Amino acid sequence: MDRFTLPFEEPIREVEHQMEQVRANAELKGPEREKALKELEAQRLDLIGRIFSALTPWDRVRVARHPSRPTSAEYLGIVFDEFIDVHGDRRFGEDKAIMSGFARLNGEPVVFLGQQKGRTTKEKLACNFGMPHPEGYRKALRVMRLAEKFGLPVVTFIDTMGAYPGIGSEERGVAEAIAVNLLEMSRLRTPLISVVIGEGGSGGALGLGTGDRLLILEYAYYSVISPEGCAAILWRSGDEAPRAAEALKLTAKDLVGLGIMDGIIPEPAGGAHNDPESMGQTLKRVLCQHLAELKQTPLDRLLEQRYEKYRRIGYFLEGRVERSPVIAKAEQSAAAERRRQRREKPVEEPKAAVEAKPAT
Amino acid sequence: MSPAIAKKKDIPEQVWTKCPGCGETVFRKLVEERLMVCPECRYHHTISARRRIEILTDPGSFQERHADLAPTDPLNFKDLQPYADRLKKYQHMTGMKDAAICGSARIDGQEVILCVMESGFLMASMGSVVGEKVTRSIEDAIELRVPVIVVCASGGARIQEGVVSLMQMAKTSAALAKLDDAKGLYIAVLTNPTMAGVMAAFASLGDIIIAEPKALIGFTGPRVIKETIRAELPAGFQTAEFLLEHGFIDRVTPRAEMKREISRLIGYCGPGAYGRRRAAARGTEK
Repeated sequence: MDRFTLPFEEPIREVEHQMEQVRANAELKGPEREKALKELEAQRLDLIGRIFSALTPWDRVRVARHPSRPTSAEYLGIVFDEFIDVHGDRRFGEDKAIMSGFARLNGEPVVFLGQQKGRTTKEKLACNFGMPHPEGYRKALRVMRLAEKFGLPVVTFIDTMGAYPGIGSEERGVAEAIAVNLLEMSRLRTPLISVVIGEGGSGGALGLGTGDRLLILEYAYYSVISPEGCAAILWRSGDEAPRAAEALKLTAKDLVGLGIMDGIIPEPAGGAHNDPESMGQTLKRVLCQHLAELKQTPLDRLLEQRYEKYRRIGYFLEGRVERSPVIAKAEQSAAAERRRQRREKPVEEPKAAVEAKPAT
Repeated sequence: MSPAIAKKKDIPEQVWTKCPGCGETVFRKLVEERLMVCPECRYHHTISARRRIEILTDPGSFQERHADLAPTDPLNFKDLQPYADRLKKYQHMTGMKDAAICGSARIDGQEVILCVMESGFLMASMGSVVGEKVTRSIEDAIELRVPVIVVCASGGARIQEGVVSLMQMAKTSAALAKLDDAKGLYIAVLTNPTMAGVMAAFASLGDIIIAEPKALIGFTGPRVIKETIRAELPAGFQTAEFLLEHGFIDRVTPRAEMKREISRLIGYCGPGAYGRRRAAARGTEK
């Protein structure tokens, strides 16, 4: 097999190789063959279970960057029924690092935006390895405004090392492009779901991903800086990337624990690249579910909730009170409750219950 | 050669200082008198947040708000040094709890909310406290119906608080959307350096953006760009002047004129902010 294999995937590939040999073996017949394959498959799943449950954060980063990991374009065909791509920011140019267009999710029309890394060398070069330029973010905003105008929910797939660090990027204001997206996405009057499908590289990922729901695939990661960059700055050596990956708390589980991500989407055994079709089906199911929920929420309430979602992120001491995500969440639901009551009974407005935890 | 330049070597540090801009040895007192701007090359030295407040506001008018906010260590982060130790070190060095001070002040008698970042504190990187102070400043401005000014200086998002730092970009930008909806005035002042996560959030979103001369402003650090493209960067790349030329800031203003300029801009935009002119015309303004 000429598939790219990570060092910790090798034992799994070995079993897969044996399975292929069994399949190719013409002498093995019927039940005998079935039995051998069944045993090997059990062995494979057991291996995957053991290896993948022990992955370090750095291993997970490597899975997220796996050359065979499905890209936005590959999921498109599985998750959506159809796709009409649209192009250009109407200002400077077209950025193939971000795909955009109209798609149908289980028949329902949505606007899709996805960072695209490409599969072949030619594709990778065309879409700049998934590193967007300013025009990519501006195109994304233009298309999101179309979504708002025509009442279509927005689904974004995040998969980038980061915005492209180049002269043109700076000349055309990549920072401004991302900043404007953050501002406008916070008040975009249509439901917005973002899924980190691979790499969530800092501001370049954030510029397409501040939705009502933030979801992340099991082996994807999201970080303020690449582990290599972090290691170079804080350890003064890029070789310390594994330690940096650990310190940054960038795994899906860590991010849910920190109160940043709303949910983890499980991947097939051994990661999405082992079964893109089933990953796509899972994605579709989860997206449909969240979209149905968001569509039921009145827009004004949706926007309030979106604001609160980002407003409450932060860990600090104030006086003697430490805000924990748990308290913040309680405060948030209390605030939402108060708003609801205010709407129903304009007279009554109970004072906020002060929930505090003594400083440690 | 101007009299500000020293002729002798072996001069006492306290009297003379070497300018990082032009390399000349200049009379320290003269630099201080000019608000820490080199009299020879106009190099703008870094100044503390407290000093910045003195320069920008009417004497005695600044009243700090949210002074209690202090950082924690949500990731339990440790590199060569634990984050908690770094925090203590910088708190000791700067006398501040984190890298920003905010409060209300007057500029030529005009009420404003001012938030100033302190580059002496972990390169004014934005973690939870900085993000919260900027956000609260914006909220205070909306509540008090006054302009908000943020003096930016930052290396970017604070690595040691991980994605929590990154999300401060979203939080501050969302607060600015509220300010925009309320028709509030926001002036961003960019000082050396304003980079990365801060530039890709509130620093780029001012109704008016003013920068100090030659300040380094951009998204990706010049060293990283150089390593990525494997080529020399053009002269003056990512300076305030470069951004002015490319249309991303409104003005490049020397430190000594900054207060007056902000004051004049508030004179134009401030009265119309929050729709106050209309309210006044209807006689409903307090």
